[in-house]
Amino acid sequence: MALLVIAEHDHGTLKGATLNTVTAAQKIGGEIHVLVAGHNADGAAKAAAQIAGVAKVLNAEAPHLGEFLAENISALVVSIAKNYSHILAPATSNGKDVTPRIAALLDVQQISEIIAVESADTFVRPIYAGNALATVRSRDSIKVITVRTTGFDAAAASGGSAAVEALAAPADSGLSAFVSREVSRSERPELTAAKIVVSGGRGMGSGENFKILEPLADKLNAAMGASRAAVDAGFVPNDWQVGQTGKIVAPNLYVAVGISGAIQHLAGMKDSRVIVAINKDEEAPIFSVADYGIVGDLFQVVPQLVEELKK
Amino acid sequence: MKALVSVKRVIDYNVKVRVKSDGTGVETANVKMSMNPFDEIAVEEALRLKEAGVVTEVVVVSCGVAACQETLRTALAIGADRAILVETDVELQPLAVAKLLKAVCQKEGPQIVILGKQAIDDDSNQTGQMLAALLGWPQATFASKVVIADGKAQVTREVDGGLETVSIKLPAIVTTDLRLNEPRYVTLPNIMKAKKKPLENLKPDALGVDVAPRLATLKVLEPPKRKAGVKVPDAKALVEKLRNEAKVI
Repeated sequence: MALLVIAEHDHGTLKGATLNTVTAAQKIGGEIHVLVAGHNADGAAKAAAQIAGVAKVLNAEAPHLGEFLAENISALVVSIAKNYSHILAPATSNGKDVTPRIAALLDVQQISEIIAVESADTFVRPIYAGNALATVRSRDSIKVITVRTTGFDAAAASGGSAAVEALAAPADSGLSAFVSREVSRSERPELTAAKIVVSGGRGMGSGENFKILEPLADKLNAAMGASRAAVDAGFVPNDWQVGQTGKIVAPNLYVAVGISGAIQHLAGMKDSRVIVAINKDEEAPIFSVADYGIVGDLFQVVPQLVEELKK
Repeated sequence: MKALVSVKRVIDYNVKVRVKSDGTGVETANVKMSMNPFDEIAVEEALRLKEAGVVTEVVVVSCGVAACQETLRTALAIGADRAILVETDVELQPLAVAKLLKAVCQKEGPQIVILGKQAIDDDSNQTGQMLAALLGWPQATFASKVVIADGKAQVTREVDGGLETVSIKLPAIVTTDLRLNEPRYVTLPNIMKAKKKPLENLKPDALGVDVAPRLATLKVLEPPKRKAGVKVPDAKALVEKLRNEAKVI
């Protein structure tokens, strides 16, 4: 049996999350097909065909697939599901939206956000915001899976030469319609995809003070985040929140500034490769997970850090 | 119109979760339990729709052990009108919960069902979408704003990198994200009032739903622990370490 990977793309280009999902599929083993569903998504389909290890690309083209509405995408995937032993999507906001709908239509219990493959039916996934790792075995005939992209390396984006086949899409469900999109105007990378994240906590003291983190984030080409304490204090908007009830991040470098390290926050960032903590309280729990710590006044240390990075 | 809200009883988000030494799960004995935070936001949103005159009745549902009554009483104290407990001792997985909620929806006929986007225990993020699929209803997940008018819900969703607004036909499913609202505090008089509100008890068998788990949990382990690193004296030493030792910049 073959495996189906649902591509994450913006029509013109393929998103990196697709590559990590292909790697997860390779670990399960079998012939890998990639579904590119969209409108005028030739660019993404061509890119998918070049991924090393992909045997076939299915390109479903229709105006009503253009906004990735879960009602339409799930109907499309269900129409071809019987050909597959596994259906995988990256655990992006699109993937998390549509995949459970597919699973329920197939009467399958989805396995969410796997971080490792033990065998074709057994997977490891974090629970309790990563404070525990559960190994679960699926008894369903089709395995429907979302993949936490930080758990798998990216497959090579080139080297493959899969055939691209057109796939007919079921009609528009008519249940939902796209209205508008408001893309965050930040020049910075997105929090969950950034290689480096600079976060501030209650120790920042005010929203105004977050400005001193900007030159640091600029210098590192980092996304900016915050602890729940900083969000609850109204310093920064909720979508900056890293933690159990916010965003889960695992960048190469996480710089925690003025963050004490409450459990909820650690849950959202402790899988980062390297953690740096800057805090004036030597006893702050953040130091117990930090690779490098500076005990000091962040208002002095952060500007010094920016100066050192310029050298 | 009627709004239905599902609530889950989970380990309180402030509790440090401990994995059992035999690897069978996490310690739940003598641990503080609370309503899943995303579900609190769902209850609050339903109440705001009621206060705005859009919704006439808010029904809360919980599926699980008898103690879920406490969670339902909390929802009633926040302001829900009545509660339904679908009681079972079986470990419920999202597909089973979605099937139970579907049966309750068919009984109750809500125009909108609001659920938390995920529970902070199993972190599945599935039930709302599954319920929408089983009912053949549209879904708007990860909502940060809900406006209901003309038989439709216009929902702003938190998506990777920004916000997206969709229009879905009622009846529909909405799942909540953090920014949707700030839940109100429960007051003592409302806790007293909640004790008198109706709480119905149903069983999965009576609803005709097979709730047997599909996923077997083979083991639950603690994640590898991070070792505390080193303290460095100043920014200069830090940059040196990041460049030459960690090689991340």
